[in-house]
Amino acid sequence: MSLTADELRQIEESPFKADFPLLAENPQITFLDSAATAQRPATVLDAERRFYETMNANPLRGLYGLSVAATAAIEDARTRIARFIGALDGKGKPETNQVVFTRNTSESLNLVAHTLPAVVKLGPGDEVVISIMEHHSNLIPWQQVCRQTGATLVYLRPDSDFRITAAEIEAKIGPAAKIVSVTQVSNVLGVENPVKEIAARAHEMGAVCVVDGAQSVPHIPVDVRELGCDLLAFSGHKLGGPMGIGVLWGKKELLEAMPPFLTGGEMIDSVSETDAVWAPIPAKFEAGTQDAAGSYATDAAIAYLQKHGMEALEQRERLLATYLADSLEALPYVNVIGPADGARHVGAVAFNVNGVHPHDVASILDMQGVCIRAGHHCAQPLLTWLGELSTCRASVAFYNDKADIDKLVSALDMVWSVFHAR
Amino acid sequence: MPVSSATPASLYNPQFMDHVNNPDYNYQLEDPTHVHEGVNPSCGDDLIFSIRLGEDGRIEEAAYQGHGCAISQASADMMSDLMIDKTPEEALELCDLFERMVRGEVEDEAELERLEDAALLCDIAHMPARVKCAELAWRTLSEMLTKEDEA
Repeated sequence: MSLTADELRQIEESPFKADFPLLAENPQITFLDSAATAQRPATVLDAERRFYETMNANPLRGLYGLSVAATAAIEDARTRIARFIGALDGKGKPETNQVVFTRNTSESLNLVAHTLPAVVKLGPGDEVVISIMEHHSNLIPWQQVCRQTGATLVYLRPDSDFRITAAEIEAKIGPAAKIVSVTQVSNVLGVENPVKEIAARAHEMGAVCVVDGAQSVPHIPVDVRELGCDLLAFSGHKLGGPMGIGVLWGKKELLEAMPPFLTGGEMIDSVSETDAVWAPIPAKFEAGTQDAAGSYATDAAIAYLQKHGMEALEQRERLLATYLADSLEALPYVNVIGPADGARHVGAVAFNVNGVHPHDVASILDMQGVCIRAGHHCAQPLLTWLGELSTCRASVAFYNDKADIDKLVSALDMVWSVFHAR
Repeated sequence: MPVSSATPASLYNPQFMDHVNNPDYNYQLEDPTHVHEGVNPSCGDDLIFSIRLGEDGRIEEAAYQGHGCAISQASADMMSDLMIDKTPEEALELCDLFERMVRGEVEDEAELERLEDAALLCDIAHMPARVKCAELAWRTLSEMLTKEDEA
């Protein structure tokens, strides 16, 4: 699919760059690595500073105004996040207490991997189902869980068109499945997996469904009720928030049944010499002083996305990803790894330059101010399955524009000419 | 703002690219006295380096095989050329000099002349992500000579 003249016009120039200080002040930088971390708008940087300037105190336990303000800031962030991911109860009220703050998606998934197995009584003969597209964060924790419990790790694999088919879902998620944990969007291939169908099948088989939303929540409207998943993990820094804030949303009865992950301050109701009573969720999962300023700034990041509308941003990113995939496909010396149809890429497009190691590609692009990722993308089993040692990956966000992608193409021409000088 | 100070033309220059595209030492050595393998697991770089030590205690022939990025491959080719006729002690000293160069610890540029073509890789000192690529061959040789791995 190629873009129409009107669609090309829509991505001609980014109206968003002015809001992002790093991009606005450094026009020589072409940032095409948002799948690794996004750039932050000024409103997020201002929020982080405003927290420390106007409400800095340790939240939760304070009995004075500042601490109350800090606590309210965190609770407001939870409420916004709950609405943002469609976590609303039967009466349409946001499930604020089911939003747990962690440091990142990895920590959210580790929390689940350490506490969910006891709830589902995972043991020998049981199965944990993940996909071959998992980031190491949603793979190694389950490897460890299976090693400790004697359960078997089962992989969903896409077909030659990079789709996890209904037949594959039916074949791999069977009665032995107790936990199914899949990524909604692959951080390498950029494809979206049929999480709704996977969650439905998991529930049919009596399994709990966990979704890694690190690459989906920042780019497409995600609604946990529509997906039907039981737990959702994602990071703030990939959607424009500060680094160091992760989120875990979960169904109430599950979060209440799961034991704490880390123990200590702030997560108890009462403690005796021999025992402790856990605080209600979400405090039960938030031991120690939290990054309150980070949560407050994450709130601002989501507010920025909501101001422009996730549907509108998704539409723009879809055009950018299509233009990116089309532009790469058009280069005779480039091999796109993943679907040729650009519209199927959520942000990221993996590729290789024939005969040139991805690290050399990335270095020569860097010398021209173009930032991409090269390597195994923390998805070594996927790369092995694809028959690749490493790949390049360019990824877009709504603040990119056509010129960024044109710059990548001309910089790739330079890579090719360096390696094929006469 | 941190845009690399190196340019494609400065690091990936024709002399460097000649080592990549027309290597002189990328083959399997017959009758090696020492063979050692080096890997960079995170990059997938894999290098087998071999030498034949002559009766006079000097390296008679050096060669490498394997795969990796242009920097690791060119570096191995440059190093092989440099090591001919060196004693193991001299070789280890050059390995140390190279390591110091790519870590930006050599102040006297004249000292780098001893590295011959390998001095072309001095820009790597400004590219921390590529230091491991450049070092692979030298680290492999240095391990080989320190461990005295017999073939």
